[in-house]
Amino acid sequence: MIPELGHFSLVLAFVLSLVQAVVPLVGASRNRSALMAVGRPAAQGQFFFVAFSFACLTWAFITSDFSVEYVALHSNTATPLYYRITGVWGSHEGSLLLWALVLAVWTVAVTVFSRHLPDVFLARVLGVLGCISVGFLAFLLVTSNPFERLLPGAPEGRDLNPLLQDPGMIIHPPLLYMGYVGFSVAFAFAIAALLSGRMDAAWARWSRPWTTVAWVFLTAGITVGSGWAYYELGWGGWWFWDPVENASFMPWLLGTALIHSLAVTEKRGAFRSWTVLLAIGAFSLSLLGTFLVRSGVITSVHAFATDPKRGLFILFLLVVVIGVSLLLYAWRAPRLSGGGSFAFVSRETALLGNNVLLSVASASVLLGTLYPLFLDALGMGKISVGPPYFEAVFVPLMTPVVVLMMFGPFLRWKGDSLGPALRRVAPAFVASIAVGVGAAFAIGHATPRTMLGLALAAWVVLASAQQLVARLGERPGAASAARLRGIPSAWWGMWLAHLGVGIFIIGVTLVGSLNQSLDVKMREGQRAELAGYSFVFRGVQDAAGPNYDASRATLDVSRGGVAIATLHPEKRLYRAQGMPMTEAAIDIGPFRDVYVSLGEQLPDASWIVSLYYKPFISWIWLGCALMALGGIFAASDRRYRKLAERSAPAAAARQAA
Amino acid sequence: MKAKFLVPLFLFLGLAGFLAFGLTLNPREVPSPLIDKPAPAFTLARVDDPAQQFSLADMRGKVWLLNVWASWCVACRQEHPVLVDLARRNLVPVVGLNYKEVRGDGQLDARGMALDAETGLAVERARRWLGEHGNPYVLSVLDIDGRVGIDFGVYGVPETFLIDGNGKIRYKHIGPITPENLQQVILPKVEEVRRAG
Repeated sequence: MIPELGHFSLVLAFVLSLVQAVVPLVGASRNRSALMAVGRPAAQGQFFFVAFSFACLTWAFITSDFSVEYVALHSNTATPLYYRITGVWGSHEGSLLLWALVLAVWTVAVTVFSRHLPDVFLARVLGVLGCISVGFLAFLLVTSNPFERLLPGAPEGRDLNPLLQDPGMIIHPPLLYMGYVGFSVAFAFAIAALLSGRMDAAWARWSRPWTTVAWVFLTAGITVGSGWAYYELGWGGWWFWDPVENASFMPWLLGTALIHSLAVTEKRGAFRSWTVLLAIGAFSLSLLGTFLVRSGVITSVHAFATDPKRGLFILFLLVVVIGVSLLLYAWRAPRLSGGGSFAFVSRETALLGNNVLLSVASASVLLGTLYPLFLDALGMGKISVGPPYFEAVFVPLMTPVVVLMMFGPFLRWKGDSLGPALRRVAPAFVASIAVGVGAAFAIGHATPRTMLGLALAAWVVLASAQQLVARLGERPGAASAARLRGIPSAWWGMWLAHLGVGIFIIGVTLVGSLNQSLDVKMREGQRAELAGYSFVFRGVQDAAGPNYDASRATLDVSRGGVAIATLHPEKRLYRAQGMPMTEAAIDIGPFRDVYVSLGEQLPDASWIVSLYYKPFISWIWLGCALMALGGIFAASDRRYRKLAERSAPAAAARQAA
Repeated sequence: MKAKFLVPLFLFLGLAGFLAFGLTLNPREVPSPLIDKPAPAFTLARVDDPAQQFSLADMRGKVWLLNVWASWCVACRQEHPVLVDLARRNLVPVVGLNYKEVRGDGQLDARGMALDAETGLAVERARRWLGEHGNPYVLSVLDIDGRVGIDFGVYGVPETFLIDGNGKIRYKHIGPITPENLQQVILPKVEEVRRAG
């Protein structure tokens, strides 16, 4: 009964999304406020029914209702409750339902937080979001109904993929989807602006907090996913350039370009058509990511559902959504040229430079991801593109991004003279090269890659410090606390996020250079040494989990005779799927992780143990966390609330002049 | 409508065309022209004793699997427990073709390495890997330069060929073998070939 209610409620949500898609858009084009007003209640109703439907599916999981096929395939009575709940989005149908729910959440957020938007504009935004909902709800109902019954019901379920039975998986997909789908709001704002032909500073200001919040979620989602890969896959790596990872990274790169481009459009009225194109692009890449993950055109270690019929449906959706918006762009964008003019040496140029570089980086990831498909389609054979390509392309593209990123804030808007600006940054720039080269020699790893990485990181840190000092010096006389408070939170956002990039580079560089690992055969009482740490193997016990049996090893880790940690890596066999899993044990420290994973048992009762020493790896995630925190600061700037109350068109006219 | 603003649309439509075509392809399956043809003959040195040779003809009269592997191949690690389990159950003999052990490893630079040194290194690496992960193979042979792999049309590791008593390839599995693949496809095929032969 409950699953049928869930299904029915999904149908109702679909009907409401049709209303939400059509009525407000018609109302906006005919200027009928009664029709436009339908958008808000339709969106809220749609959210209610999608959420109810989601709750029904969750209920089926909690109660282990194996007469629902999806539940029977992805849950088990022995699965712990929290993994039964996360099992809801453990596979294709449920994750699409999550997609639809997240879209509904964003739409409702727009209806709640955009009271100040002009009615016509809001109606168009809701209409566009409604169109996307129609597409995804139809996709769910037609090809991927999660409530499909399995009659007679299965006596026991097949359990969730053990890889996904992990705390990281509880939050990774929702965060990632909040990010992916969140770009739909920026997209809807851009399309609404194209439809109305009004793309001004006000439009940019309205979209900015939405875009930044979506970007924060995406950053957090990718970070958690990378952390999950690090400790769950047991290879000690944190990024594999896998097509599915790339699918989330491409919208992130373009989204990063978009938030910067929106800043220029808001402050200076420039880059308008470029900003619109980025907004369309970021969401298009999110959709493309969904297509790549869900259709199986690209092989990946993540190999999820692969069903060509579903692939065809998403492709159709992709062509309609992206095709129509790009057509609209081609039609309307030519009117957008102009805007604030700026000199060659100006903050605008620096931002434009980074925009272009980030877009090229995004395109190169796309090329690398789809290249096997291109060659295959052209009958030129089957190949795979791996990390060497991405690393070779990425380092040269990102180096100027990082240099410009710290140089840009020293430049004035509109125009600056190069000489004084260069003189301002020259000491920090020279010092960072010296620090980079010196530090590389100091750690005994003087390769060009290490020097470059450390110099870039030093540049970020030194320039950040210089920016902070300069900013504090802007109001001489005031008490330093007042000066700190006087800095707008948007500025702190930029500063933190940029500093986060520096911290991230330190982590990536050092873990790449100083990482050590050892695969060793160990029996009880044996000792192994790695990077100054000793590991004593204390044997393996059997341990039973709720839905798995494990061999649990004990290793004492010490350094210089001082005990540091006792680690328990496990080898698990999940009963329902008969799938072996490696559960690594990690001693996390601020400057290094010690990572142990348990391999096979050998006939002579010894075990293969993989030991890893990973210096500064936490800095990778610390850097990402700072970027996300920066985004939160930027989005919470008071300006958005204050300016929202002012009459937007007046501000727009002023800005465009 | 200025032409330059149509560029993104055309780029996207081109991409969509490729994606549509991509849906008709299966990235995991490459049709092998070798099915039901005699397996390419080879004679290669054995991993356990490089002084000894093994050739295709040695298996005449048996139905067996030729599994292409290498210690640098991550997916091989994934399928390896399945092979170890298969060997324990003694259902069908598996011969390992160790493919480009040294020069296939992206982390090593094998250019300029003498063949002897390369063979020595390959033997050492292959043995260590089998020692660590278990050895499911009746024996493994060394395809140092990958020439036999090319004859067999290997494009990715792991791959597994089912060869009948007359030395004909009867089935090819691409990618890691999962327990399901083994139970539902490969073992039934082995039975079928045995009954037919």
